[in-house]
Amino acid sequence: MKTKMLLAGVTAGVMFAGSVLASTLDDVRARGKLNCIINTGLAGFAAPDDKGNWTGFDVDFCRAVAAATLGDANKVNYTTATGKTRFTKLAAGEGELLSRNTTWTFSRDVDLSQTFIGVNYYDGQGFMVPKALGVKSAKGLDGASVCIQTGTTTELNLAEFFAGNNIKYNPVPIETNAEAQELYKAGRCDVYTTDASGLYATMMSFDNPSDHMVLPEIVSKEPLGPVVRHGDDQWADIVAWVLRAMMAGEEKGITSKNVKELAAKDNKDKEINRLLGKDPLQGLSKLGLSADWAVNVISQVGNYQESFEKHLFPLTIKRGMNALYRDGGLHYIPPIK
Amino acid sequence: MTFFSNIWRNEKSREIIVQIIVLFFLGWFISWLVMNVNANFEALGKDISFEFLFIPAGYDINQYLIDYNNRDSHLRAGIVGLLNTGLVAFFGIILATVLGIALGIIRLSKNWLASKIAYWYVEFTRNVPILLHILLWHGIIINTLPHPRKAISLGEVTFLSNRGFYIPKPLTETGIELVYLFFVIAIIFSILFAKYCKRKQDLTGIQYPVYWINVSVICFLPLIAFFISGMPVSLEIPALKGFNFRGGMHMSPELAALTFALGIYTAAFIAEIVRAGILAIDKGQREAAESIGLKPSKVMNLVILPQARRVIIPPLTSQYLNLTKNSSLAIAIGYMDLVATLGGISLNQTGREMETMLIVMLIYLSVSLSISALMNWYNSKVKLVGR
Repeated sequence: MKTKMLLAGVTAGVMFAGSVLASTLDDVRARGKLNCIINTGLAGFAAPDDKGNWTGFDVDFCRAVAAATLGDANKVNYTTATGKTRFTKLAAGEGELLSRNTTWTFSRDVDLSQTFIGVNYYDGQGFMVPKALGVKSAKGLDGASVCIQTGTTTELNLAEFFAGNNIKYNPVPIETNAEAQELYKAGRCDVYTTDASGLYATMMSFDNPSDHMVLPEIVSKEPLGPVVRHGDDQWADIVAWVLRAMMAGEEKGITSKNVKELAAKDNKDKEINRLLGKDPLQGLSKLGLSADWAVNVISQVGNYQESFEKHLFPLTIKRGMNALYRDGGLHYIPPIK
Repeated sequence: MTFFSNIWRNEKSREIIVQIIVLFFLGWFISWLVMNVNANFEALGKDISFEFLFIPAGYDINQYLIDYNNRDSHLRAGIVGLLNTGLVAFFGIILATVLGIALGIIRLSKNWLASKIAYWYVEFTRNVPILLHILLWHGIIINTLPHPRKAISLGEVTFLSNRGFYIPKPLTETGIELVYLFFVIAIIFSILFAKYCKRKQDLTGIQYPVYWINVSVICFLPLIAFFISGMPVSLEIPALKGFNFRGGMHMSPELAALTFALGIYTAAFIAEIVRAGILAIDKGQREAAESIGLKPSKVMNLVILPQARRVIIPPLTSQYLNLTKNSSLAIAIGYMDLVATLGGISLNQTGREMETMLIVMLIYLSVSLSISALMNWYNSKVKLVGR
């Protein structure tokens, strides 16, 4: 009888523990650190610098969320994930935020019970070949061996592109970007394919980048963005508005240099006042953030433009689609009202 | 009270009670695990469903033994992967067995150099992790062999390059049926002839060279048919076209590296098993066999090996199982086995990690149990018949 009760008690406990959802923000604050899941290594997006600190465009976003929620951009624990393990790690709670060049698709959003909170980089899949191969177009790749990073949307795009153009190819699926680079360099593959941003990042890490080229065809839409778990709308809103705050920073000319100054005075543009906590921003308390959240983000990490130029310009990546709407790009954020 | 203490003092019933308690806790633990998974899945808003198996996989696989294209289902992609696992395990087991037996015997050779080489082979190979073997072989093939445009050509029909090995592919034409028919006839004849000779030997003691006669029949009968029907086989020679060779039969660098690595690694263990099996036979057996005037080869084949086999087979089985399971490391070099297809890309595309992993585990379990069953059957055939 006693054991039966024990069993029932344990069962109930397990069910209970499983069904109660603590606030993600509270978890992060209690720990004093944000757990952020990033790439295992992709120059410009997430790669260790010479001191061993993670740096890059995706890393900056982790730092921005930490700055907004904890007041300190350095309070981040980084967890790396391959293309294959990232969603499992997020679902298993190894991080509160997945900031790892992740393409927003229907089934990932809906079927995997994740929340994509926006796009921080508009990308598309491209092909890199050695110039010596003499190929000018992806349609001339009939019979080529193609290295792919597995666990990505890349595989499906590739299959669709080649089938659509009636081209035969030989896929060589590789787990991480680093291994795929090695095989490409050793000549196991004629072509390396991934998101164009990744191709530029990979190319710049080669000894002689000018021996390689990215073919003109971009075969897919890859809106990359940060991801959080389903079910905590407060947390999803926080992450979404941190991203928008960085873009608003660029739009309004707020940079890491002048943000303190702008926050201290009364600006003509009231949107700047609301963003920087000078004027009240209705509903901010519901997010559980302090009034200086955006000041922390922009002063410690920078606005979208600063982050982009710092990490992606060295890879010869241009703003292109990733410019603000007023400069002919796609980034158009809702007003801060 | 006395009733209960009697039960506890009775050895038999005490054993049963203990087993019931252990079973109870085991069942409780398992049900706890299952409920925990269910509860957590519920909390994540996920369900367990196998419907994804029947939607199009959408990705391509570079090596398939059955027809496959990216419109086929995840289930079919999984089967393609399973067959690729089977293929590499099959080649690996053959290589490991042949190499292992040879090394085991060489290790016992009286030739000092041969025996030492076998010794160092075993010690070096089995003390380096299998993953490194795989990466090493893959690296060797990819980095030392040339690009297809500069491929090493063997007689202009077989080519070695860092995209793998290309050999001519035999294409059958009409008239080949006669060759098949003669082949079947030759096999049937051989079986009957072997039975006849066995009976003859039992009755009269006269020995026929059964082995050589049968080998010649099986080789020459289809060959005669081949010429009669006007040589109905042509060869498709691989030719460089565009980026790569087209036509012929192709062995990818991944399959080659995996086969070499698994075969060579496992051979070291098999060599030790074979050596142990031979050493386990009492030396009196050898002396007795020699004393009745048997040739050394007959001593080995008729006296030592049949007895050693009984010792060798059970551990050999577990080496075969190891090899098959180790083949799942294929993922490190991008060989599309079961883990890379169903447990890799399908998992990622559908996000069904629990379901795919359960299926993959069940498949490995059943493959291992089948190999085990087969080897047990063989073991029961060769084991000492109880008297």
